[in-house]
Amino acid sequence: MAIKVQRVKLSLWERLFIPTLWNGFKVTLSHFLSFKKSKVYAEKNKDNKFKATLSYPEELWTVPPGFRGAPYLVSDQDAATKCVSCQLCEFVCPPKAIRITPPGEAGDTAHREGAEKMPKEFEIDMLRCIFCGYCEEVCPEEAIYLAKDYYEGYDEKMMRRDYALTGSNREEMIFNKDKLLERGGTHHDRIKKWEKKTADAKAQEMFPVEDKSKKERE
Amino acid sequence: MPDEAKVEEPSVIETIAVKVDGKQVAVPKLTPDWQGKLVPTTVLQACKHAGIEIPHYCYHPKLPVAGNCRMCLVHVGMPGRPGPDGKPPMNEDGSLKIDPMVLPYERGTPKGVIGCATNLIPGMEIYASSPETKEMREAVLESLLINHPLDCTICDQAGECKLQEYSMEHGQAESQFAEQKVHKPKAVDLGPRIVLDAERCVLCTRCIRFSADIAGDDALGIVNRGSYNSIATFPGAPFDNNYTLNTADICPVGALTSKDFRFQMRVWFLKETNSLCTGCATGCNTVIGSRENKMYRQEPRENDAVNGPWMCDSGRLDYKWIGSEKRLSKLNGATDWTTILAEITTNLEKAAVTSVAIIASARQTNEELFLLKKLADKFEAITDSVPRNGEGDHLLVNADKNPNSNGARLIGIAGETLGANLPAIAEGIENGTIKSLIVFGEDVTQHGISAALLEKLDLLIVSDIFANATTARAHYLLPGCAYAEKRGTFTNVKGQVQKFMKALDAPGNARAEWEFLHELVENVTGQNGFSTIEGLFNQMAGEVDAFKAKELNWAALGDDGVTVEI
Repeated sequence: MAIKVQRVKLSLWERLFIPTLWNGFKVTLSHFLSFKKSKVYAEKNKDNKFKATLSYPEELWTVPPGFRGAPYLVSDQDAATKCVSCQLCEFVCPPKAIRITPPGEAGDTAHREGAEKMPKEFEIDMLRCIFCGYCEEVCPEEAIYLAKDYYEGYDEKMMRRDYALTGSNREEMIFNKDKLLERGGTHHDRIKKWEKKTADAKAQEMFPVEDKSKKERE
Repeated sequence: MPDEAKVEEPSVIETIAVKVDGKQVAVPKLTPDWQGKLVPTTVLQACKHAGIEIPHYCYHPKLPVAGNCRMCLVHVGMPGRPGPDGKPPMNEDGSLKIDPMVLPYERGTPKGVIGCATNLIPGMEIYASSPETKEMREAVLESLLINHPLDCTICDQAGECKLQEYSMEHGQAESQFAEQKVHKPKAVDLGPRIVLDAERCVLCTRCIRFSADIAGDDALGIVNRGSYNSIATFPGAPFDNNYTLNTADICPVGALTSKDFRFQMRVWFLKETNSLCTGCATGCNTVIGSRENKMYRQEPRENDAVNGPWMCDSGRLDYKWIGSEKRLSKLNGATDWTTILAEITTNLEKAAVTSVAIIASARQTNEELFLLKKLADKFEAITDSVPRNGEGDHLLVNADKNPNSNGARLIGIAGETLGANLPAIAEGIENGTIKSLIVFGEDVTQHGISAALLEKLDLLIVSDIFANATTARAHYLLPGCAYAEKRGTFTNVKGQVQKFMKALDAPGNARAEWEFLHELVENVTGQNGFSTIEGLFNQMAGEVDAFKAKELNWAALGDDGVTVEI
């Protein structure tokens, strides 16, 4: 049942809103004028060097240690997309920031032989993302990582400043697969399970994934 | 065929007393098998009666029992063999002595029986949840998983896979198998609609039994030996009959998957909606899987009165048109529904009695036909619908390709032969006695009413979901809904009145036919209608004789529907 909210009828004086605005300004102004006398200021200005502002972007804000970073897709050392489009991250994502388009039957062949599929499109809405890290935790392929620092071998010029995820409009803040892969960089896969599986199968003279070129020849 | 072998059930159901998990239950002595023939009840069925699910792969209630997966092993206790006096061993208090089964050569080891193929014996005790049974299941599952690849991330079955489910419930977390797994071919093209992943197969042979015994196409078999066992077709003979996709449904693992659904969407995202197949008059019960207004698949829903657990491939795959870009989504004749319905009302009110004809479609729901009938009664209009005949088969496909021909007959839109009035309508337009024509869901130019005749009409009201020669000539075009976008009921070939639910939203300005028809009927006839499908159905049930005889109402239809006299 919807609850009907009774609106308070405002008088003409109240409807002008000017006195309300003025009252608001008064509070702001009083804080502005009294800040230097406050305990907060005394606390922060112990070493007499406190500045309330930063010269961004030359000066960077220190990210609190609790920040996990932002989710990006990674490629393995052979530059192959690791994601197999299982959509578990999409399922687990609390704010539904992730959207995966599966490849379908006629999709591109996966980069890694044996993995059979990879996403056609992978989008993360960074405005929706709450940087909780569930996607990283749930990923069975170690294909998505939350990252805030560049890791070994990463181009320093491209060093990500995740606390400054910016864009000039909403569409720009929806990162697509290419952007996520570019930012994710390389993750060294020590196990290489699909490669191992394919090699084992070949040793047994079984061909785990249908040879598409062979199909075309027929 | 299940129908032919139907045996009349005895009036008094004989029961047999057994103990399941220490609880005394009386279960029927006989149970219908896959053909409907009464056969002795098994341990698995007795447990089901007692409310305990025994895990199984190869057993399927609508297939012959094979007993090869061993998953349904349970530990049971049996009465002893009768002694020289002809009496079984008794306890001191005079009750039957029940001994838990043990291996004959190793008295300390419990022996299991397969629940799906072991008949009940009076007094039997079934230890369905005992530690012994659990250990047996764990062992069977571990052995089934020896060569199973850990493919769940790329397997379409994930989320509805019995192997996953039982591993969670009954399996061990770790495998003792340290050797190399046997690899078998993956992504094998079995036929035009089915892909086989031989590695994932647990060799339950459900697909083989289905093809041979239900579909009547003995196309599948098992080749190779030992751990290299795999499902295969004959070389050069693709697995291609009209029922192949049922094997993907009954496959308990991800070995057989549908090409149509392959890598399309993970099953846990799909919203399930009960629906009906509209491909023919059989009216197979289906479940639509949709996500965010896109339909991804439809699967059969078990209804023994109609389709059992099966459906044909052609019906199942006949849904792509629903999300088509070419769907009609704009009104023609006015910009919004209120205006267009008001204008149609004004025009219809001017029409003289008997100058109106209505051509409905037997693809429309009972409710829509009922509302059209009300309009027809007001104008004493001549009505009909269009027949659509094709080929039937031995299992489910009916020769009548309209899902609701019987509804059109019962409601009185069409006579015994659909389309009998069409020449009369054409003639009426030709000689000018019919000036207004209402057409729903049919391209009448294909059925004897030429485009030139349509041009002669003063008023042509058309509702359809795709553009055609008739919609092009409509004075008022009302975009309608596909079956997945509305609710309603159909009357199938056997007279089964069944309901279907709404899975998707209609495109653009399209609206469910019964909604705007109900408004139009109210405007034109002045009779108050019902603005809900439930109310409308109940009203119809009170006015159509065949439905009245069965005292139908929306709630009583349930999921399976009710049979009416046709």
